[in-house]
Amino acid sequence: MAADDSRPESGAFFARDSTVHPPALTPSYKTSVARSPKHAKLSLGTTLSEMTGPVFGHDLLGDLDNDLILNFAAPGESAIGPRIVVHGRLLDERRRPVPGALIEVWQANAGGRYRHRKESYLAPLDPNFGGCGRVITDDEGHYCFRTIQPGPYPWPNGPNEWRPAHIHFSIFGHGFAQRLITQMYFEGDPLIPRCPIVRTIPDEAAIRRLIAPLDMNHTIPMDARAYKFDIVLRGRRSTLFENRLEGN
Amino acid sequence: MVQRLDDLKETSSQTAGPYVHIGLTPNFAGISGVYAEDLGKRVIEDGVKGERIVVSGKVMDGTGTPLKDALIEIWQADADGLYNSPSETRGRADPKCSGWGRIPVDMADGSFSFETIKPGRVPHPTGKDQAPHITFWIVARGINIGLQTRMYFSDEEAANKEDPILSRIEHQNRVPTLIAEQDRAGYRFDIRIQGHKETIFFDI
Ligand SMILES: [Fe+3]
Repeated sequence: MAADDSRPESGAFFARDSTVHPPALTPSYKTSVARSPKHAKLSLGTTLSEMTGPVFGHDLLGDLDNDLILNFAAPGESAIGPRIVVHGRLLDERRRPVPGALIEVWQANAGGRYRHRKESYLAPLDPNFGGCGRVITDDEGHYCFRTIQPGPYPWPNGPNEWRPAHIHFSIFGHGFAQRLITQMYFEGDPLIPRCPIVRTIPDEAAIRRLIAPLDMNHTIPMDARAYKFDIVLRGRRSTLFENRLEGN
Repeated sequence: MVQRLDDLKETSSQTAGPYVHIGLTPNFAGISGVYAEDLGKRVIEDGVKGERIVVSGKVMDGTGTPLKDALIEIWQADADGLYNSPSETRGRADPKCSGWGRIPVDMADGSFSFETIKPGRVPHPTGKDQAPHITFWIVARGINIGLQTRMYFSDEEAANKEDPILSRIEHQNRVPTLIAEQDRAGYRFDIRIQGHKETIFFDI
């Protein structure tokens, strides 16, 4: 650990463990077939260009940015659907909290319909639901937002394919090398093990870490249930000194 | 038995899917009134130091078809080679150069374009200077984990030749996939995910 904890960490990131990530080519998810590089990736080792990254201040956020029930709704209205709170902690592989990270989420409405011009599912739009939200982690890496539970939806990968209910997450840590997009699923959804996108991940334990449990302790009585979703970003060596060893 | 290593595992990536713009550029997706402005719209502000340039191109799949649902993020140093980041320990970057941009490709023809400045040279951990470059991160439906690559500049021949990364690439015939060519509009950088002239992607 760095002697001076107030200094931002600036060391090289640990190599990505490819066993927890989907490979590029996953033929049962058909779109990946023409969108997967055939050549092996070139190993770069992290340089300053990947160790650094932009920072987002809390002043960026509006009052309703982390409230998808209200942030698109007309005054006095709210989004339709089961009300939930999603919360959790952002840590790195060394178990250190990642404060000041930007988490952006997007999702379908309670009927499984996205607000997007290319979306064609017959389920109706909710006039009071936009489907996006964002939050910045606090000093201990915690985040929290309020939304409605999204519905499952059909998609044209096969003749009768349905996505489990999910929330898309984009996470911006401290270095560009940590950039990550993932999806959160809900405990108990029978569509999870059937989903070709879920199954692009070869590791069962890694899949389980994408499934948020119902968290009764954080439920708001008579208002909203809670789901807990912890996220882990790549860890890094603590000091610049340690980078040098790699280069020499 | 030995003690257990107590490192956690990184959360698995999942595709950004077809509607990534709802989350990352909602105004571009037609969802207005939630955020005042999409993040990363501008890499630079007026008064920035350095040579202003425009970079444009397309992202193509294995059949040569442009992706119309991709989203690109870029990250680069300022004109002096400093990053506008708390992890930058060598000095303070030009505040007019955020160095970060988020660019959705055009939904009709898949083209992208952004204005920035030509970045300065940044040292490599070996101590050598790297050639000027812009880091790219590309996500879209069908891409299971964001693709990282770099754009270098065709008019930086000498710097490219001695660049510690470009010079280490075994298949030198693939290096041109990382180099943007100059045209009348600025720099042209096409990204080919697969197939003939597949872009080099990095495991960083
Ligand atoms: Fe989705």
